[in-house]
Amino acid sequence: MNTEPYIVLSAILFTIGCIGVLVRRNAIVVFMCVELMLNASNLALVTFAKANGNLEGQVAAFFVMVVAAAEVVVGLAIIMTIFRTRRSASVDDASLLKY
Amino acid sequence: MPDVTALAAEALVPVVEPFAADGVFGLLWLVIALPLAGAVVLLAGGRRTDPWGHLLGTATAAGSFLLSLVLFVALLGRGEEERQIGQELFTWIQVGGFDVGMDLLYDQLSALFLLLITGVGSLIHVYSIGYMAHDPRRRRFFGYLNLFVAAMLMLVLAADYLGVFLGWEGVGLASYLLIGFWQYKPSAAAAAKKAFVINRVGDMGMSLAVMLMFVTFGTTAFAGVSAAAGEADSFTLNAIGFLLLLAACGKSAQVPLQAWLLDAMEGPTPVSALIHAATMVTAGVYLVVRSNFIFENAPVAQTAVVIVAVVTLLWGAVIGCAKDDIKKVLAGSTMSQIGYMMLAAGLGVAGYAFAIFHLLTHGFFKANMFLGAGSVMHAMDDDVDMRHYGMLQKAVPVTFLTFAMGYLAIIGFPGFSGFWSKDKIIETAFADNLVVGLAALAGAGITAFYMTRLMLMTFFTDKRWAPEVHPHESPRVMTVPLVVLAALSVLGGFLLLGDWIVEWLSPVVGAEEHHELAVPAIVLTGIITLVVAAGVALAWFTIGRSEVPRTAPAQVSPVTRAARADLYGDAINDTLVVRPGSRLVSGLVVFDRSVVDGAVMGQAAATGGLSDRLRRVQNGFVRSYALSLLGGAALVVLALLVVNLV
Repeated sequence: MNTEPYIVLSAILFTIGCIGVLVRRNAIVVFMCVELMLNASNLALVTFAKANGNLEGQVAAFFVMVVAAAEVVVGLAIIMTIFRTRRSASVDDASLLKY
Repeated sequence: MPDVTALAAEALVPVVEPFAADGVFGLLWLVIALPLAGAVVLLAGGRRTDPWGHLLGTATAAGSFLLSLVLFVALLGRGEEERQIGQELFTWIQVGGFDVGMDLLYDQLSALFLLLITGVGSLIHVYSIGYMAHDPRRRRFFGYLNLFVAAMLMLVLAADYLGVFLGWEGVGLASYLLIGFWQYKPSAAAAAKKAFVINRVGDMGMSLAVMLMFVTFGTTAFAGVSAAAGEADSFTLNAIGFLLLLAACGKSAQVPLQAWLLDAMEGPTPVSALIHAATMVTAGVYLVVRSNFIFENAPVAQTAVVIVAVVTLLWGAVIGCAKDDIKKVLAGSTMSQIGYMMLAAGLGVAGYAFAIFHLLTHGFFKANMFLGAGSVMHAMDDDVDMRHYGMLQKAVPVTFLTFAMGYLAIIGFPGFSGFWSKDKIIETAFADNLVVGLAALAGAGITAFYMTRLMLMTFFTDKRWAPEVHPHESPRVMTVPLVVLAALSVLGGFLLLGDWIVEWLSPVVGAEEHHELAVPAIVLTGIITLVVAAGVALAWFTIGRSEVPRTAPAQVSPVTRAARADLYGDAINDTLVVRPGSRLVSGLVVFDRSVVDGAVMGQAAATGGLSDRLRRVQNGFVRSYALSLLGGAALVVLALLVVNLV
């Protein structure tokens, strides 16, 4: 099986997610980009699992999904709270915790 | 001095091998314990001992003297071979192979010292009862006096250099306490400190000598060191000799550590008498004579002793000529006379006995004169300036007569004790070296000059008293000790009768066949007497026949000015030690502030500054954190790649 297209797709998705995290200010979008990066890595894990003929990569992908779900719960709650107090979802506005 | 080496080879240096103490000698420890107990009771007992403190202090000293007398008689009764008695009290220090017992050694030498210290010391105690009668702290004074006597007795009775060191330090402490007894006077406090600090320099020599002895011989006991001294290499022995000389210089106020003695006159006069006659300054002479087994094998150090002694005996004499303070004249004369003793001690086997002989006679006549000076001061309302005295012979007749005995003794008037002892030292000096002999002879002449000057200015010439002063004779408690000491000053020469003292001491310090002189001894004695007479005559013509001004004339020769300034002893110390020392210290302070503190503080400032820059990274923007996270991850990947490729 040729794994190259999957890996390339995974790399492209990861890069898009990465750039999104770095350049976007809206917390919701940043959050979605993080999800994109997680799923890109999931894709890579599953691909390698298939290539190697074992299940370890797929198990890892499941773990990532579980963690991502938990993260969404906590992260969205935080974003909601910030939005309620500051009337804004911009990550640059929430910069009080600093030197 | 070439022949000193030869002497060392010929002379049989005696080895210390004491017999166990039996019978009455078992009480030896009590000689030290009595005054020590007195000191403890008086100093720890506080005010409730005030009413009888002086009596107890005197009683312990007198008891110690009586005991010394009994022991001396017992020693006389023993055979000549059995006169070294050792008493082992207890183990003092035991560390590994190093074992020091608190051992006492009672032999011919320490027997004489015991009599001098306790005898003259007791008389000074008695005198102090009267002299300090009006001092509210008299009891404390007696406590210190007892401590002084106890420390000095420890010094001369110890059978071990470490024991000597114990007494040595005790004497230093007691002298500090006594010189600064009137510590509310800033000058007295400063003098005490000066004496203590200068003595510390000497003490360093002593402790180094003890350590070197332990390293070399494995023991510090007289017995062990004297037995092994012959085999050690001469460099080590000379080093020990020089260190012991340094120690002796400190305690005995020899050049270059002489500066404290003149300032020490700030203490009460009985203290001066005690320091100058019975204790303290004689310790250095004792140390050199006791260490004869070292010095006999260390000719270089022995020569150094002679040089130091000659310089000191002239130095002190010159200072004595120019001072107007009666006590300072006497202090200068002490320096000079101790110089004579050190000279004799430095001349080796030929001179040890005469050093001790002069030490004894000097103890008598100097204690006599110091106490006499105290009596004069007592009469003149504590004025010490001789220019305010004059014609006191009628006002204080007993003091005058007793002082005159001391005076005749110190200048070496034929028949008086000082005549015999000084004559012998000068004779020995001439037999050894012409230059040394001439210096000693000149010293005798100068001594005669300044002592005559003192006599004339105090007891003769015209009255120059302050108008409110009414001189009166001192009470009996002060004059009786004076009379006793005057008698001893006259009769002290009897110790030489039939060369008794030389033979008595020969088992300790060795003996030598009679040295030959270029001229017969009687001619030399005549010359010495003539020089002394010339000194007396010079004083008579310069002081006795003209009017003495009430204030010291300012227009004087440079020599007089130098002598008034103690021959610039303090200035020399200042230039050579004090000022370079303080400059070194201020340099070190600058170094500490700039380099050491600079390094520490600079490091702290650098860390702080760097942290200040670094914390800017925590800017609160999540996206910049994400960027650094990405950068970090990229770096890790890069590193992995590099590692894998290599």
